[in-house]
Order: sequence, then structure tokens, then C-alpha cells
Amino acid sequence: MTWLDLLIAVACVAGVLGFISVVALVAIWTERKISAHIHDRLGPMETGGFHGWAQTIADMVKLLQKEDIIPDAADKPLFKLAPYIVLSATIASFVVLPFGAHLIGTDLNIGIYYLVAISSLEVAGILMAGWASNNKWALFGGMRSASQMISFEIPIGLSLLIPIMIVGSLSMQDLVGAQAGGFWNWGVFSHLPFAMIAFIVYFWASLAEVNRTPFDLPEGESELVAGFHVEYSGMRFAMFFLAEFANMFLVAGVAVALFLGGWHAPFSFLEISAESNVILHNLVGFFWFASKGMVLLFIQQWLRWTLPRLRVDQLMHVCWKIFLPFSFVNVLIVSLWIVLTQS
Amino acid sequence: MEVALFILIALVTVVSALLVIIRKNAVSSVLFLVLTFFCLAMLYVMLGAQFIAAMQVIVYAGAIMVLFIFVVMLLNLGTDQKWEITGPVRKWMGFGSAAGILLIAVLAFRGMQSPTTEMDTSIGTVSSIGETMFQSYVLPFEVASVLLLAAIIGVVAMISRKPVDATTVEGGNES
Repeated sequence: MTWLDLLIAVACVAGVLGFISVVALVAIWTERKISAHIHDRLGPMETGGFHGWAQTIADMVKLLQKEDIIPDAADKPLFKLAPYIVLSATIASFVVLPFGAHLIGTDLNIGIYYLVAISSLEVAGILMAGWASNNKWALFGGMRSASQMISFEIPIGLSLLIPIMIVGSLSMQDLVGAQAGGFWNWGVFSHLPFAMIAFIVYFWASLAEVNRTPFDLPEGESELVAGFHVEYSGMRFAMFFLAEFANMFLVAGVAVALFLGGWHAPFSFLEISAESNVILHNLVGFFWFASKGMVLLFIQQWLRWTLPRLRVDQLMHVCWKIFLPFSFVNVLIVSLWIVLTQS
Repeated sequence: MEVALFILIALVTVVSALLVIIRKNAVSSVLFLVLTFFCLAMLYVMLGAQFIAAMQVIVYAGAIMVLFIFVVMLLNLGTDQKWEITGPVRKWMGFGSAAGILLIAVLAFRGMQSPTTEMDTSIGTVSSIGETMFQSYVLPFEVASVLLLAAIIGVVAMISRKPVDATTVEGGNES
């Protein structure tokens, strides 16, 4: 490891931070507009002119200027540290997300496994925030969040195993590379219908992982005010918010990379080959990856404003009695299929 | 560069491991334990065992620590919790643990070898671990999983016993 490597690593992290800030700005605005249109309202219309596009930027500036309130009864060091842990775990998991053929922080040989591991550290940050706030609503939110995140990690891991077994690699670029050449080669359509079941289970379980409706019990505005970040204000609150929207894109990005062809276009004539122009090849790849991610992000928001929230026991029922048996049977059948067709 | 990184990580590991036992507040001890496990994972990465490192983070720093924090929070241990042992028992316990640590240190230093310059980089890959686990050690692996299964079934059998008074548990579903 040389100093140049260190410089490249710092540049990667800065790029990721810039990307997730832009994604969060766009996603918060679309969230407002989509919720408004589903409610038959207009949403922000004034700030910036065209359909209030600058509303989130104005809000961010407002949050930057706000006083950073730390409650007297809080455990101060933990309270201050928690948002940093949540945000840095999120940034660290973006490092292995393949935005293009060469647009990847580092193509680890255990890529997807690293991602699952590092994003599980987020739970510690959320629990820290919930406990350190010394507020019963925050603690309830933190506990609910932790319990649902560790429960839903199991169906997520099992459904991610399906593309991993089919491709035979944990590296993100290998997983994307196996889906080249048109949408019928994408992960969802291989070993029909089992990879598709895995994709559906992954998508639903990932909603619980990022605390979105119908699994948004950790925030549950009508019961817990705002959940684990109820006591946070100003910049620290903005960091939780940034991490939440970045995580929404992260789970969508993993679904895109493993099931929906990653940075490959739906038809191969819509791509520019790496031989003719490497830079353009990467940019077009980035376009496809980001737009597929945004489509999944839109579905997440659509579901949020359409479905009601589940109860805690219903949530656990969905995880342990529906997703888990389906995933186990899925893994068994696909591994049997692979063993039979290989020999 | 690599040495500097190692020294930094090793220092953080040792200091946070010490803070686990020095801090009086149970929750902050547990969080320092998370930090210790995370630093150990970084040391594994430096040794070329990325898979083990990711496993360390998922299992120890993730899942087990969350359960740990749950238990600590639910028991509601405050800072005033004290572990009071007085009299001769305390003295003998001190002697015993000091002797135990000395024994472990001696054994560890006896088994220590000077580090070799060339490192087998394939040792931490998924396939080498999979081959070791499912070919050389498949029997111990299966025995361990049967043991875990027995433990799970035992827990389910224990908690699903009918309560003495036939009052139903509030909020549960019908099953």
C-alpha cells in the first residue's frame, strides 16, 4: 500500500459522499412530490421555480444553520458519535457498489459479503442513538429498528445467495459481468422462477432493512414521534436523514447489481463497447445503473405512500414464517439445479 | 505504511479491550467490545483473510453484539451496579486470575514464531475456507450444526410450555 493508493482511496470516498448527497437531495424532493401526488396535492411548488426543485437544498441550508441541541439527560459522547457511525457504515458499503465497468471503489473478492457485513454495523449506531438519547420513544425506535434489521438480514442473505451460487463468485464485477448482453440474461430471469422469487424476497426484506413502509415501525410517527432520531436536531439529524436515503439507494443498487443487470443496458445496442471509448462506456454504464436504481427507489416511495404500517407481530410473522421458508426452499432447489446441470 | 497502520490498529484494539473492563457503565463497555471486534477484523484483513474478517464483523460485531446490547439494555443496568466481593475470597480470586493470565502469556510467547516474509495470500479466500470446512472437517462441522439445532429446539420447547394458570399471554396471536 503506497501513498498513491491512499490518495485514490480518499478520492473514492469523496466521490461516494458527493454521489449520496446528490441522490439524497433528489430522492427527498421526489419523495415529497410523489407523496403529494398520491395524496392528490401538489407538494413544494415555490422554491427554485420549476415544481419547487430547490426545496431540499433550502432545507439543507436551514439544517446547517440550526442549533445542535444535546439533551441534558443524554449520554453525551454516545449521542454525538451515533450519527457518524451510521453515516460512515453507509459510505463504507457504497465502496463496493459497481457504478460502471471501472467506476467501482474497489472490486473486493468478497464484495457482496463485505457489503452485508459492513452495513450490519449500522445497527450499532442506531441502537447507540436510541439509547444515548435517554428518551423512551427513541429507545423503542432503536430497539425495533435493531430487532427488525437483524431478523430481515437472514432472508436477505439467503436470497442474495441465489445469484452468488449461479455465478459462482462473490465479487461484484463478476456478478454484473455474468448478466451481459440483453435483459433476458439478467439475474432475475435465470433459473426461472427461482431467481425471481429471490429478487422479490430481497426487495421486500430490504424495505424492512432500511425502515421503509410497510415496515417503518422504528419511525412510526403516530406512535413514536420519530423513532431513534427524535432528540436529534440540526446537522446530526441531517446526517441520519442522509444515511437513510443513501441506504435506500444502496439496497436498490444491490438489487440492480445482482438481479437487474447492473450497469448493462437492457439491449446490448444501447451500450458503447469498452474498446471504442472507455470513458463513454463507463458513463453510459453509470447512466443505466443510476436509472435502474432510481426506478427501484420510486417503487419504494410508491409503496410507502400506498400501504399501511404492519404491527410488530405481523412483521416478525412475515420474516420468520413466510420469507425464511421460501428462501430456504429456494436455496435448496437452486443448488440442486446447479449440481444436476453441472455434472 | 503497513507497519504504521498495524501499530495504529493494534493500539486501538488494546486500548478498547482495556476500556471494556475499565468502564463502569455496562452499555459503553459493550460498545467498546464492538470496537475491539471491528479492529480484530481489520487485523484479519491485513493478514489477507478477508472472508474471516467479514465473518468477524457479521457474527461478532453485528449479530452477537446486538443481542448483547439488548440484554444489557433490558436488564437496565445503571452505573450504580457494583460487584461486591470482600474478604479473603477477593484476594484468592485476584491471585487465581493473575496466575491464569501469566500462564496464558507464557504459553502464547512459547508458541510464537518469527514472522515469515512470504505470505500465502490464498489462505483467506472463500474457496480455500470452503474446501477446508466441507472436506477435511466436514464431520465436526455437521456435529456443531446439530448441536446448535438441538439448542434451538430446546429453547423453543422451554418457552412454549403452557403457563400454570391458563391465562393467555396478552397481545400474542392465537397459536
